Amino acid sequence: MIQLLAMPGLRLLPADWDWGLDGQIVLAGVLCAVAASLLGNFLVLRRLSMLGDAISHAVLPGLAAAFFLSNSRDSLPMLVGAVIAGVVTALLTEWIRSLGRVEEGASMGVVFTSLFALGLVMIVQAADEVDLHPDCVLYGALENMTMTSVAGFSIPTPVITLGTVLLINLLFVILFFKELKVTSFDPSLATTTGFNASFMHYLLMVLVAVTAVASFETVGNILVVAMFVVPPAAAWLLTDRLWLMILLSAVLAAASAFGGHVAALEVPKWFGYGSTTTTGMMAVVAGLILFLAALFSPSHGILIRLIRRRMLAFSILADDIVALLYRIQERNHETSATFQNLQTILLSDRLSLKCVLYLLIRREQVVPDGQEFRLTDSGTSSAQQLVRSHRLWEQYLASHTAVQPGSLHDKAEKFEHFTTRELRKQLSDATNSPDVDPHGREIPGESVEQDSQTP
Amino acid sequence: MTHSLLSLAAFPNWEELQRVLLLTDYNTRIVIIGTTLLGAAAGMVGSFTLLRKRSLMGDALSHATLPGIALAFILAPTFGLDGKSLGVLLFGATLSGLLGVVVILAIRSQTRLKEDTALGAVLSVFFGAGVALLGVIQKMNQGHAAGLESFILGKTATMSSTDLQLIFVAGAICVGGCILCFKELKLLCFDDVYAGSRGYRVLWIDILLMGLVVIVTIVGLQAVGLILVIALLVIPAAAARFWTSDLRPMFIGAGIIGAVSGYIGAGCSALFPKLPSGAMIVLVSTNLFLISMVFGTRRGILSRARRRQRLNRSIDRQHLLRAIYESLELTQEAALGSVRRSVTLKDLLPQRSWSMQQLHRILRRTQSEELVEWVGSEIRLTRRGIIEARRLTRQHRLWELYLINYADVAPGRVDRDADAIEHVLEPEIVSELEKLLQDEQPDLPASPHDLSDSGVFRALPEGGSPQ
Repeated sequence: MIQLLAMPGLRLLPADWDWGLDGQIVLAGVLCAVAASLLGNFLVLRRLSMLGDAISHAVLPGLAAAFFLSNSRDSLPMLVGAVIAGVVTALLTEWIRSLGRVEEGASMGVVFTSLFALGLVMIVQAADEVDLHPDCVLYGALENMTMTSVAGFSIPTPVITLGTVLLINLLFVILFFKELKVTSFDPSLATTTGFNASFMHYLLMVLVAVTAVASFETVGNILVVAMFVVPPAAAWLLTDRLWLMILLSAVLAAASAFGGHVAALEVPKWFGYGSTTTTGMMAVVAGLILFLAALFSPSHGILIRLIRRRMLAFSILADDIVALLYRIQERNHETSATFQNLQTILLSDRLSLKCVLYLLIRREQVVPDGQEFRLTDSGTSSAQQLVRSHRLWEQYLASHTAVQPGSLHDKAEKFEHFTTRELRKQLSDATNSPDVDPHGREIPGESVEQDSQTP
Repeated sequence: MTHSLLSLAAFPNWEELQRVLLLTDYNTRIVIIGTTLLGAAAGMVGSFTLLRKRSLMGDALSHATLPGIALAFILAPTFGLDGKSLGVLLFGATLSGLLGVVVILAIRSQTRLKEDTALGAVLSVFFGAGVALLGVIQKMNQGHAAGLESFILGKTATMSSTDLQLIFVAGAICVGGCILCFKELKLLCFDDVYAGSRGYRVLWIDILLMGLVVIVTIVGLQAVGLILVIALLVIPAAAARFWTSDLRPMFIGAGIIGAVSGYIGAGCSALFPKLPSGAMIVLVSTNLFLISMVFGTRRGILSRARRRQRLNRSIDRQHLLRAIYESLELTQEAALGSVRRSVTLKDLLPQRSWSMQQLHRILRRTQSEELVEWVGSEIRLTRRGIIEARRLTRQHRLWELYLINYADVAPGRVDRDADAIEHVLEPEIVSELEKLLQDEQPDLPASPHDLSDSGVFRALPEGGSPQ
């Protein structure tokens, strides 16, 4: 597999790819992305995405305080500081919302900007004493990771931190899967069945804070939001199953980390520039994946919804054409069934009408007859069922509801397309099997063969 | 933490203070005027976005400006422009900020993703694109990107008089736009459906509001940076909301709070070393927000608590008076108006679910209002007390009768239902009740239920038996 990717003919990887160096970057990126996206699923489902954003900004003062107190860049004080800051953010947001009756978005805005500003002041104040720069917090430095030697191997420190965090998050999701599921979809049910929904909430927030801190050295505190939000959002567009969504989000997150690094090396070269930062490109690739998912998702994609709507419109137009031709025949061709007349009566655009007529001719329901169009036998049969539905509905609405006589036709016109054989029988029974509709037109009989109407 | 560090820095002497705060120094004058204006404009626009519940939209928008700034810098030389000129950069920022808003709206309306996810996704992806472009710029030969990064955290100290002019024009546009379209924006915030039904183009008003937000954000980028500019839009407006529930004063108040934050924040930054102005402006406004949240006269925590306390006390007093009256009625069915008998605490205690301590406290307050008085160890209504107690009992019973006659509430439950509503009965409603029940009860109706039956509400005696 690895050799396959690196084969020069495929050009999937840049020519100067070095598994030693680039592999480390990709590994750290993947660990960070997967760790964040595991939690992100629940942020997205519980509509807390912006709280994730708020927490990842607000850990700054916690970090700064940890630096002051411990005077080092050790992981442990940093994590403690971040957890405290993260929980404080969630608590303060909730307090300001409930005590001050401030709308949730606004209270979040107040809390995280204030904490971020506080952290900024603290860092700038101590810039001479501690080696910490705001830029490093904002963008991270995936390219210049510090190294630790473990059991004789030199491993980048963030890989160890992120690996641990990923493991914790994974355990959290697996152990509390049921609780998370219930609290995400129905918090009040969770409370009544004895789960502590607010405990789960704050536990989630603690882990979000931990993940944000563990990531800030690698991807920075704003881009970790991309990993929290974007892969789960894309996964949610692709599936309705929670476990599949979590799995997909992890895969997509890993893909954006990998793709991000490749893109960072490759894309700028297309325009004649050098390489760029991996972290930025990770977010961009994740965004691209979300874009593709939104467009082409087989269940919720924009495209598939457009196509479905178009198909429905076509099927309704086909019904209308067949029924109209039947009515013209019924009235002994008072109006001629030319293309022009059909278009005027059905208020359709030329292109759709042409398409649908072509389809009907192929289905052998309609045949062209000189300038006009005529129903075949099978066409007449399905037209009869439609007209029968229409007139039964009119009869039913007139006898059982208070619909004005003038608007009977419009209502029946809508229902007729979605009326099955079964429903026709019920309508007929409810109206004592009438022979004529309220306008005095004859109601055609039920066809003998299988219901041919398209749903 | 900050305090201990601040005290290390030399405190400025009086002359310095005067020089900065009275705007005699040229550099600080420009900075302070600029941030003050910016704060005022942002506060005013922010009060509409707050009420429209779009506070965080500004956050996404400001993050979305970064790729525009970077791209403008890269592409400017191709069009023969100077990549470092503010106009070019802000033009790019505007375009990509607007694109970000459009993408948010599209995600929200076209997919199943909710607004928060749309905001988070756009914010982080656009910012990522910006970071990637900055990475490209850093490795470019011509020029370095040092200037661009100041947009992220802000750099007020480099503000020039041209920037001040820009802020001035933008602020004037914002304030003017808000005032000219005040009625439309107000309708949009409080009832957009109604606005639509009155023939206003809701979409266009929304676009106008977003346009104003874009202007504030773009101008604010320089002063406080794109991460903190949202604070200027949210915090002053949220603070002003505690002082009033009227839009006009809130609008003006938010402007003032924003201006004060800008003035003090930039002033502090100029006076003390190593205090970034953007962060200081935000922290000053946070302090004003906290003060407003506690002391705000309209929705502040203290004023709401005081109002609730006043209501609770009046309810307690009403309960006490009625309890005394009804226990008198129970023991002595003679004409009550003329007889001023006293009752013991033992009689009163089972009437409600109050403890002896609570009862004593309520009695003390009611006594100071001269509605009850002590006779030895017993309590007696004063003359005023009797009138008030009769009025309250009458209201209560009228409402009970109304519930029994018109709402089919069982007599056994009616006491509790009437209990909840009697404290807020207005005189008009009482007179309406009188009219409805006219033929039945002339003066003070007898209780429709058995008073000695303590009911659910009074079945919780502290000491004695329920009887």
